[in-house]
Amino acid sequence: MCGIVGLFLKDSRLEPQLGQLLSDMLITMTDRGPDSAGIAIYGPATDGRAKVTIQSAKPAVDFADLERDLAEAGLPARVAIKSTHAIISVAAARLADVRSVLASIRPDVRVMGSGDSVEIYKEIGLPKDVVARFDARSMSGTHGIGHTRMATESAVTTLGAHPFSTGSDQCLVHNGSLSNHNNLRRELIREGMAFETQNDSEVAAAYLTAEMAKGKNLGEALTTALDDLDGFFTFVVGTKSGFGVVRDPIACKPAVMAETDQYVAFGSEYRALVNLPGIEDARVWEPEPATVYFWDHEKAA
Amino acid sequence: MDASVKRESLEAMRVFDLASTPLRELNSALHAIAPGTNDTNFEVVNPRGSHAVAVGIDQPVTVNVRGSVGYYCAGMNDGGTVTVHGSAGPGVAENMMSGTVVIEGDASQYAGATGRGGLLVIKGNAASRCGISMKGIDIVVHGSIGHMSAFMGQSGHLVVLGDAGDALGDSLYEAKLFVRGSVKSLGADCIEKEMRPEHLKKLAELLDRAGVKNVRPEEFKRYGSARKLYNFNIDNADAY
Amino acid sequence: MTYHNPFTPPRKSATFDDFTLAEIRRAAATGIYDIRGAGTKRKVPHFDDLLFLGASISRYPLEGYREKCDTSVVLGTRYAKKPIHLKIPITIAGMSFGALSGPAKEALGRGATISGTSTTTGDGGMTDEERGHSETLVYQYLPSRYGMNPKDLRRADAIEVVVGQGAKPGGGGMLLGQKISDRVANMRNLPKGIDQRSACRHPDWTGPDDLEIKIMELREITDWEKPIYVKVGGARPYYDTALAVKAGADVVVLDGMQGGTAATQDVFIENVGMPTLACIRPAVQALQDLGMHRKVQLIVSGGIRSGADTAKALALGADAVAIGTAALVAIGDNDPKWEDEYRKLGTTAGAYDDWHEGKDPAGITTQDPELMQRVDPVAAGRRLANYLKVMTLEAQTIARACGKNHLHNLEPEDLCALTMEAAAMAQVPLAGTSWYPGKGGF
Repeated sequence: MCGIVGLFLKDSRLEPQLGQLLSDMLITMTDRGPDSAGIAIYGPATDGRAKVTIQSAKPAVDFADLERDLAEAGLPARVAIKSTHAIISVAAARLADVRSVLASIRPDVRVMGSGDSVEIYKEIGLPKDVVARFDARSMSGTHGIGHTRMATESAVTTLGAHPFSTGSDQCLVHNGSLSNHNNLRRELIREGMAFETQNDSEVAAAYLTAEMAKGKNLGEALTTALDDLDGFFTFVVGTKSGFGVVRDPIACKPAVMAETDQYVAFGSEYRALVNLPGIEDARVWEPEPATVYFWDHEKAA
Repeated sequence: MDASVKRESLEAMRVFDLASTPLRELNSALHAIAPGTNDTNFEVVNPRGSHAVAVGIDQPVTVNVRGSVGYYCAGMNDGGTVTVHGSAGPGVAENMMSGTVVIEGDASQYAGATGRGGLLVIKGNAASRCGISMKGIDIVVHGSIGHMSAFMGQSGHLVVLGDAGDALGDSLYEAKLFVRGSVKSLGADCIEKEMRPEHLKKLAELLDRAGVKNVRPEEFKRYGSARKLYNFNIDNADAY
Repeated sequence: MTYHNPFTPPRKSATFDDFTLAEIRRAAATGIYDIRGAGTKRKVPHFDDLLFLGASISRYPLEGYREKCDTSVVLGTRYAKKPIHLKIPITIAGMSFGALSGPAKEALGRGATISGTSTTTGDGGMTDEERGHSETLVYQYLPSRYGMNPKDLRRADAIEVVVGQGAKPGGGGMLLGQKISDRVANMRNLPKGIDQRSACRHPDWTGPDDLEIKIMELREITDWEKPIYVKVGGARPYYDTALAVKAGADVVVLDGMQGGTAATQDVFIENVGMPTLACIRPAVQALQDLGMHRKVQLIVSGGIRSGADTAKALALGADAVAIGTAALVAIGDNDPKWEDEYRKLGTTAGAYDDWHEGKDPAGITTQDPELMQRVDPVAAGRRLANYLKVMTLEAQTIARACGKNHLHNLEPEDLCALTMEAAAMAQVPLAGTSWYPGKGGF
């Protein structure tokens, strides 16, 4: 139960402001979720390089000499530290090795997500503190999503915060409460998915990852989610180049969208959108139930 | 005595800037109005999606809100005239007793929920569950309405100039529904009904009060309860 | 010589017992599930399975006739400008005018007022009689919103947002047409004589994030004066309590599965929800985890019958209890003096639960003008007050024996459990041991 925001930029001139705009949107939704907050930013990708966002409860210990220790473990990397999180940048071909090397040299470090462009920051606490801690306002990017959480039935922890990332450059935020996530989690585990939490939203993220691994695009995976996920949900989902929104067929949980020539924006409430440039003239609407909305930079280009 | 009357008329328009004034001040000022005073014109600026704007009004005040509001604007309004020069979030004019609420833009879900009286006019579109559980309110939507509208509607009128979404009037009691455009689907126990002269007359009155021009009552279809769920019958169990 | 076969008596199935067989035949004949009032009738672990330890040498008891044992409770101290002060921690639960007759509602108001406690409206709104005879009246804000209006909101002393009931957590209700009299129909904006269906979700919010905004609206309408209660059925008490607190409740009302209802499906009453005993500790844990125990008050209901039950609920961490069924019995419900008439209805005093049919011989769960004359609201109100007095004295007696000068000073450590089930559910040691099953996690 939560507040969700999302911003997909069409006009590249706004890209330097993505972090700023998304941060303000998120802070406006503080009342909807005081437990934890998180943000995923799709920043500029560097050819041939991939990045992994990691988190530590003891960053002073875990991040000290991390770059050197990775190199000694045979994984040349650059490490950029931001508070409790760090971004490890490696050659794209070595992305798959990061988790296993970390497991041996830094077993307490947790992977938040990985991909060509996504960076994910989430922590317990209020959105304004989370935004400040990670200097989210300074980040540029093409699109991003954010979430502020009022936990329903799983623990208030960093890993229980959204966004959830279960696949490369994929992430999801959720408002609502799924009612069949336990069975679905068991099925997905049988199919080889790994889970970090008991959170229902992580199951939704993993479901979409599993479906996309079978060859579906995000839009198609969201469409089958409408049949396979039970309960109440509004999802906002990011991929490397795409941005999707879907609500369950009952569509109780709030959702407002706005579109201009410059952007597509999502908020749990209109309040989240009021600071966006040109909002007065935007097309503002509520997404229909059981309808998949999907934008893609690559398709647009 | 003359002096105090003059002062009241000078203060006739009271402006609340929600960017700098807490919502509490606006609502407590609205609740503090004694019956019969002239000090009844309120202007609200910078609402920026705030919730519970102008709720619990119980005097014939006029409130103009310049901008869009969040949840439950004009909730439980009893006699006030509230105009939102923008869009409204969920539950606008919920449980209204009497008075008029006008939304110049769109309304989110649950507009006019459980309303018992008064008139709610939405000049744009209304989202899902418009008029849910309505109990006497009249609602006129210039645009279209979303799914599950007038669910369990008990009494009052819902007039829609545009289209209606899925499951219109599901489990309807005695609320009367008039739709000019298409209806995506009717809910359980809701059927199209004959438009009789008294309905045309009522519709004309509602259109007039809602400021609708150049639209004739004859362009609408009427929907109401089939009354098959009024007393439990096992043969209707699929509808529950 | 003839050989005698040993006689084997006919054996009935324990699974398909007589009641089950009759229920199958009834369903096959009518095609409708059984609808009834009251709460669960099956035996579930309850307060009977807990005992107080008392005091001997390691603890000193209070002298019953000299040393005070305070019973007062203040509800709504978190945000409300006007919290509710009650003399006793036993309140009257929400029961609607419609489900109950006017004289029955009046009797509840009178009894509660004499006793210095509150009574509660129900689905269907507030009546003048009830407001007039109740010094402290809690106004329920229900999914149906029958009879909801801002005037009554303002003349209430507290507002109870009802999310669920112990008899049917997650379900709605149905009042059959027989009880929709002219007055009930008018209060509920319904045609007379039709089934009144009550929704299971509120029409204009879903989930705790929306509830927070709804509570804010109710506070704004009532100028932040009234305590806002949130009532939940005993379903997932740890999370439901935590979320009610996060959404801004002043008071959480937690109704276990023994709690009654005016009318719902028997299958729901008997198969959904958790026993009251099992609900309290998780709810208290949630309050403690949030640092809100005793700051957001917890009212527990569902099968509270005596001062002992009250004391046990308080010892487990509740601030107050609410009674519904017991209060109806006190004012005359299911009284054996109407046995002949109960027999005519195919039931017996003590088992009558067809409250929805509106033929209650005791005149309580009915809208029949002649039957309801059988309730003398003054005399019935006095009986309720007497009963509440006895409950209070009983609770005080127990608390003094445990050395407490206030009922709220009872603790789980003052209790032991008679059964493994009760030990596990109440997290109280099995009598004579220091152990209870299932430590850790809910």
